[in-house]
Amino acid sequence: MSVEQWVFYVLAAIAVGGAAVTVFARDIVRAALGLIVALLMTAGVFVLLSAEVIGLVQLLVYGGAVAILILFALMITRAREVTYRLDGPQKPLALLAGATLAAAIGVAVVGTVFPTNTDHINPVGFVEMSTALFQTYAVPFEVASLVLLVALVGAIIIARQEERQ
Amino acid sequence: MIPLDQVLVFSGILFALGVYGVLTRRNAIAILMSVELMLTAVNTNFIAFGVFHRPSLAVGLVFAVFVITVAAAEVGLALAIILRIYRQRTTANVDEVDILKW
Repeated sequence: MSVEQWVFYVLAAIAVGGAAVTVFARDIVRAALGLIVALLMTAGVFVLLSAEVIGLVQLLVYGGAVAILILFALMITRAREVTYRLDGPQKPLALLAGATLAAAIGVAVVGTVFPTNTDHINPVGFVEMSTALFQTYAVPFEVASLVLLVALVGAIIIARQEERQ
Repeated sequence: MIPLDQVLVFSGILFALGVYGVLTRRNAIAILMSVELMLTAVNTNFIAFGVFHRPSLAVGLVFAVFVITVAAAEVGLALAIILRIYRQRTTANVDEVDILKW
C-alpha cells in the first residue's frame, strides 16, 4: 500500500471518529468540536484527491466561519444549560435508519461497476477549473454570490433585536 | 493511489452518521451540525467522481464550490432563525417549537 493510501485511511478514520462524536456525544459543545474535526479532516481528504482549492475553501469556510458561528450560537442560546437530553425517544429507530442507509450505500458502492478507471486520479488543473467556474458556469457563480448576499441581509434582519417602543 | 470505492464508502459513512444525527437530535443547532456532515459527505462524492472520471471533469469541483456556498448561506440563515426562536420561546429544542401543529 502506498503512503497516500495510509494517509487517506488515517484522515478518514479521524473524520469518521469526529462525525461519530458529533452525532453521539451527550455534550453539545463536544459535538460541535467533533464536527470541526470531521470537517477539517475531510478538507485533508479533498487535498489527497488533488482538489487543493476545494480543500482550502473547506478549511476557510468550515474551519473558520461555520465553526465560529456554531460555537457562538451555542453560547448565545445557552445550549449547555438545558435540562432535556440531547437525543429524542426516537433514537433506536434513527439508529436503524442510519445503519440501513450505510449498509445500502456500502452494498451499492461495492456492487457497482464504474465505467471509468477507478484507481487512478486525474487531477483537475487550476486553469481547467477556473475556466469552468468563471466562463462555462459564470452565471450560476454570480447567482451563488447573490444567494450569499441575500442570505447575509436576511440573517441580519431575522436576528436583529426588535426595538421596543 | 486511493481507489474510488473507498472514498465513496467513506462519504457514505459520513452521510449515514449525518442522517442518524438529524433524526435523533432535539437541539436545533445539533440538527444543523448533522446537516453540515451530510453536505460534506455529498461534496466528497462530487469531488471523487470529478477527479476519477476520465477525462477529468471540472464540473465536480465547480459543483462542490456551489454546495459550499449554499451551505454557508444556510448556516447563517438557520442560526439567525434559531436565535430568533430562542429569544421568543427561550428554547432551541425542536420538540417544544410546535406552533405549526394543532
